Amino acid sequence: MTTTVPTDTRRAHALLGVDGLTVRFHLRGAVVHAVTDLSLTLHPGELLAVVGESGCGKSVLAHALLGLLPRNATVTGRAHLHPPDGHPVDLIDAGERHLTRHVRGRAVGLVPQSPATALTPVRSGRRLLEETLRAHGHTRRAAPAAADRIAADVGLDPGDLDRYPHELSGGMAQRLATALALAPDPPLLLADEPTTGLDRPLVDHTLDLLRRRCDTGAAVLLITHDLTAARRVADTVAVMYASRIVEHRPTAALFDAPAHPYTAGLLDALPDRAFTPVPGHPPMLTDLPDGCAFAPRCPRATDACHIPPRLLPDGAGRVACHHRLTPGAPA
Amino acid sequence: MTVTTDDTVHGAAAGGLAARRVTVAYGRQRVLDRVDLHIAPGETVGLRGLSGSGKSTLARVLALLHAPDSGHVTIDGHPVGGARHRLPAALRTRVAILFQSPRSATDPRLSLADLIAEPLRATGASRDQASARTADLADLVGLTPDLLARRPHAVSDGQLQRACLARALVHRPDYLLCDEATAMLDASTQAHVAAVVTDYQRRSSAGVLLITHDPALMSRWATRVVDLPTP
Ligand code: SF4
Repeated sequence: MTTTVPTDTRRAHALLGVDGLTVRFHLRGAVVHAVTDLSLTLHPGELLAVVGESGCGKSVLAHALLGLLPRNATVTGRAHLHPPDGHPVDLIDAGERHLTRHVRGRAVGLVPQSPATALTPVRSGRRLLEETLRAHGHTRRAAPAAADRIAADVGLDPGDLDRYPHELSGGMAQRLATALALAPDPPLLLADEPTTGLDRPLVDHTLDLLRRRCDTGAAVLLITHDLTAARRVADTVAVMYASRIVEHRPTAALFDAPAHPYTAGLLDALPDRAFTPVPGHPPMLTDLPDGCAFAPRCPRATDACHIPPRLLPDGAGRVACHHRLTPGAPA
Repeated sequence: MTVTTDDTVHGAAAGGLAARRVTVAYGRQRVLDRVDLHIAPGETVGLRGLSGSGKSTLARVLALLHAPDSGHVTIDGHPVGGARHRLPAALRTRVAILFQSPRSATDPRLSLADLIAEPLRATGASRDQASARTADLADLVGLTPDLLARRPHAVSDGQLQRACLARALVHRPDYLLCDEATAMLDASTQAHVAAVVTDYQRRSSAGVLLITHDPALMSRWATRVVDLPTP
C-alpha cells in the first residue's frame, strides 16, 4: 500500500512513477535490504533530490531503475517511465535488450558515482563524446561543435577533452561523465553524487546545470549525501534511512520544518546549525530492526514504534513516523 | 575565526608545523610558489584556494609525503628534509593526514582492525598492545567490533573514513592534516568526525590543517583561515 503526493491526476502526466520498489541482495548467509517499498513520482521539469548517508540504499535506487544491479539482486515493484516521444515502459520488467536500445542513455541518462571506472580508457574524451552524440542523431559534421558546446556546459576545457580518461583528475572525469550523460539529451537524468571530487565553484556550476535542464522540461533525480547541494537546486527532497524514504516534501519546507526525527537530526548536524551528529549508528541493512529502523537513535521513540510506520501524506509532503514533529513544537 | 593572507605574522615560533618558501612544480606547471604556512599547536588552520591552487599538494608536503622542489618543512623550528621513509620514525609519526576518498587510500585486503593497527605493528608494537589501542580508537571513532572485522568493500564510505581517522590517530600525532576529509560524508558523520578531531585536539594540543570547499564547515571548524594564492 502506498500513498503518494502528488495526487493521481498529476500522476497521469508523470515522467516516472515508482511504486513499491524493493531491492534485496542475497549474500551467503545474509540478505541486504537495500531499498524497501519505495514510491515516488517525477514530473517533467522536476528536480528531486534523494539524500541520506552512504549505505542507506540511495545509489541502489538509480541502478535498479536502469537494470544495472548485480545478479544476486532481486527487484520487485514497478517503475513506469513515460518518455515524451516514446512508449511507456516498466523499467523493472523490461528486458536487457529493450533497456540497452531504448532506455539507457537515450531516455534515462546516468551520471555515475566514481566515473573513473565507468569511462572507456582507450578513447579520448572527445572521441567518447562524439561517438555518443552520433549514436543519438548528430551528424559526423555536427558532432565536434556539439561536443565542444557540451564540454563547455559542464566546465571542461576543449583541451581537456583531448585527453584520455587516465590523464584526467577525478574532477575532470566527473565532468566528462556528466557531459556523456547529457549528450543524448535524455528526458530523465539520474545523477548519482555528480559533484564528488569537485571544488565548490564547480559543484555549484554542475548543480546549476542540472537545474537548468529541469527548467527546460527534463527531470532530474539527484542522489547525494550533500544537503547543501539538495537545498540549492531541488524542488523536493526525499530523505532515505535504512532503505526507506522516511520523509519527502518541498525543499524549503523540509529545511524549515522537518517532520521526521531523523531529518531533524541530519539538519542539526549541519555546520551552520548545531553541528552535532545524530547519536548512535545506522543499522546494518542485513539486520534491520522489526519496527521503525530509526528507533534505537530516536529521542521520540515509544512502544508504538515497534510497529513500522508507513509513509503517509503530511501537509505538502509525506512522512513515516508515529510521532512526527510539528512546526513550533519543541523537538 | 580570523582571516589572514600574510602568514608571517604568526612567525616561526618555536612550536609548530611550517612550510617555508615551498615550491612544487609538476612538469612545467608550478602549483606552489614560495608558499609559507604555519600551524601552531592547538589551532585549526583552514586553507582556502581555488581549484588547482595546490592545497592538496601543500598538505602532502607538510605530511612529508612529497618533497618540495625548493623550500622545506619545519617541525618545532627544526627543518625536516628528504623522503618520508628515510626520516626517523619519531618524526614521521608526528604528522598524520586524512584524505577525501578513503577507498583509494586503503589496502582492500586488510580488515578495518588491521588497517588501524598496521602503523603500530610497523613501529614494533606487540600484538596485544596493538589490539588494545585499536579497540580504544575504534570506540573513539564509533566503530563496533562487528565493523572492525570487515574489509573495506563491506562497509560504507563513512565507516571506512572513521577507520582511517582511527589509523591517523594511532601514533598520537602532533599535527593532523584533513584534506577534504569529510567531503564524501553525510552531515551527521561529518559532524561526528569533526567532533572526534576537535576532542583529540583539546586533549593533545594537536595542530590541525583543514582543507574544505564548504564555507559553512570552514567557518564553524577553523580557528584561523589562510588563503593560498594561485601561482
Ligand atoms: S516512528 Fe518512532 S522511532 Fe521512528 S522516527 Fe518516529 S518517533 Fe522515532
